[in-house]
Amino acid sequence: MDNIAGHKSSLSLVTNLAVLFLVVVWLIPTVGLLVSSFRDREQISETGWWAAMFPVESAVRTRPEPEGVRQDGDYYVLEGNVFEAGSGSVSGFGLTGRDPGAADVGETFAWYEVEVTEEDGELDDKRIEIAYPADGEPEFPEATEDGLPITPGSAVLQRSLTVAENGDFAYINDGEISRAPSLYVVTKQPPDFGWQNYRQILTSDGMDRAFINTLTVTVPATVIPILIAAFAAYALAWMDFPGRGWLVAAVVGLLVVPLQLALVPMLTLHNKIGIGQSFLGIWLAHTGFGLPLAVYLLRNYMMGLPRDIIESAKVDGATDFQVFTKIVLPLSFPALASFAIFQFLWTWNDLLVAKVFLPSNSESWVMTVKIADDLLGSRGGDWGILAAAAFVSIAVPLVVFFAMQKYLVRGLLAGSVK
Amino acid sequence: MSPILQGILTIIIGVGGCVGYFYLSNIVLDRFIFPPRKDDQGRNIARATAVRPWLFLMPAILALGLYLVYPVLGSFLRSLYNRSGNEFIGLGNYVQMFSEHGFRVALFNNFLWVLFVPAASTFFGLLVAQLTDRLRWGSIAKSLIFMPMAISFVGASLIWKFVYAVDPNIGIINAVRDYFGLAAIDPLQIPFWNNFFVMIIMVWMQTGFAMVILSAALRGIPEETIEAAIIDGANPFQIFFRIKIPQIAGTIAVVWTTITFLTLKVFDIVYTMTGGNFDTEILPSYMMSYMFRDDGRATAVAFVIMLIVTPVMIYNIRQARKEL
Repeated sequence: MDNIAGHKSSLSLVTNLAVLFLVVVWLIPTVGLLVSSFRDREQISETGWWAAMFPVESAVRTRPEPEGVRQDGDYYVLEGNVFEAGSGSVSGFGLTGRDPGAADVGETFAWYEVEVTEEDGELDDKRIEIAYPADGEPEFPEATEDGLPITPGSAVLQRSLTVAENGDFAYINDGEISRAPSLYVVTKQPPDFGWQNYRQILTSDGMDRAFINTLTVTVPATVIPILIAAFAAYALAWMDFPGRGWLVAAVVGLLVVPLQLALVPMLTLHNKIGIGQSFLGIWLAHTGFGLPLAVYLLRNYMMGLPRDIIESAKVDGATDFQVFTKIVLPLSFPALASFAIFQFLWTWNDLLVAKVFLPSNSESWVMTVKIADDLLGSRGGDWGILAAAAFVSIAVPLVVFFAMQKYLVRGLLAGSVK
Repeated sequence: MSPILQGILTIIIGVGGCVGYFYLSNIVLDRFIFPPRKDDQGRNIARATAVRPWLFLMPAILALGLYLVYPVLGSFLRSLYNRSGNEFIGLGNYVQMFSEHGFRVALFNNFLWVLFVPAASTFFGLLVAQLTDRLRWGSIAKSLIFMPMAISFVGASLIWKFVYAVDPNIGIINAVRDYFGLAAIDPLQIPFWNNFFVMIIMVWMQTGFAMVILSAALRGIPEETIEAAIIDGANPFQIFFRIKIPQIAGTIAVVWTTITFLTLKVFDIVYTMTGGNFDTEILPSYMMSYMFRDDGRATAVAFVIMLIVTPVMIYNIRQARKEL
């Protein structure tokens, strides 16, 4: 026994780690999307969600209005703050989009025109870019990046930019500043979490409508089959009549009939009798498709109810209707709850039946159709919006799932373990 | 009328109608059709008792017959007609379909799905069920792994699209590749293997189901058999593979077939992930690509799916008959 006990403790550590690993792997996808649904859209494309807690560095171009330009000798100076909203933190800046972080804060970034000697001895003018401490003087190199010697003392300032950490800038140009100059700053933005994505999809993107549609489809499609199935299950479990065995077998057989078969004939029939593609149509369809499982689950459960209760009630003169409503129905609550959860999750999450039996205009889209047919196409790269939409659609099922897990598990066990 | 109002009204009418039907039909049966009066009291009670089951069953039989039995026949008949439904073409749709590359790809991919998804889900489900069996935080772990079950296929697809995103700042797979200096890939466009990347979503969702059922089955194994094995010196792996697995083999089979059926019906994942592009089509999504365009072809595909599940359906019915 000793070695077994020893095995167990080392094995238990491995077990814990293995389960932890699996749980993390299982959760990562959902957590990633959940985190992203709260992030600012710009930040999502700058850093991964795993870095969501850290500040994001992003380069932005600002074009300050040329207001309050003053002349300083031969130069024109524009001063202001790069942050329109007022606050922020600059970590670098530059004058071109090619290198937006050419200089660090506390430096001045300047373009100078210098005279260089070409390889063939000709003199030429070239522009060089240098960054130097804002309170110091520029030190000019002896040669350009191409290796052409620069004539000492030939540098003439064209334009320069100095930006402080708080966003205050001074822009100097050798000509008049009549149009807004393009300045580039690299800003460090604090992590930006908020409800803005949710607010957008629920107000302007029509997800609110889709949510209501889903709810409208789901509730009747859950309640009605339960009622119908409960009576049928009682008949199949506790009433004696010829052909009962065959009916039970038929229900078991219908459990696996693929939904796909019903789509074309039933839609044709709906169109013929005037229901067409409508909410009424989808309620009926969900009722039909949910019934086999409902009857099967409820009958299995009712079969297990104690025989003496039901028989003594019958001996006391209760009719089948009374036995059903007063005894069997209350006792079957767990099974009713199990099936209700199943049917609720199934109809809430359904895409296929909604695509076929509901009208295809945007007023009738349920959330799954909205996401799959509209948002994924039109907002394909906008992950903040997509993530928020996904979580709006899975929030209710998740709440139901965690609140009623006991009944769900019970129903699963009743449905598949014999 | 707003859909909410319509919905509330439907619940009232639907529920009220159902309750009213059951209640009133019983009264009508007992008071008017077969009233237990003096002269034929016994006979009429017996008659009412014989009719009552059918009252209880009527709505269910109607709904099941209309929405599940009739379509089997209706779909088959429709599949024998051409696109517009006015010309009988026999098995033309089937012949045409089997000669097309797209259908054969879908059939082959469906074959992969049916092999891989139930096997992987059952494997992971069993693994988690066994590992969490004696764990103090086992129920939390199980509940978290079970969670994807509550999510819609569309939602799950979106979650995984995010994982598979090509941009290393968005998709975690490419972020890891980027970290090791590898070029970004698009998992959904790698020929053949993209099928498996799509299937992973289904495995991710179904593992919880397999786990819940198998976990209960493992709990149901009699303690004595395990104790006896320990006393005989079996190590944990021997106990698992030689003692536990054989005792839950029946449950494993049930889990396996249940997931197989689901796999044959799910079109949402392929539809959302790839739209059937890059040779990832499976039969249900292939069928939907013909829905609204060619009913003859769509019903033919649906009937092929039906044929695939028929053997198990017959087996299930036989089992149910045996138990009665």
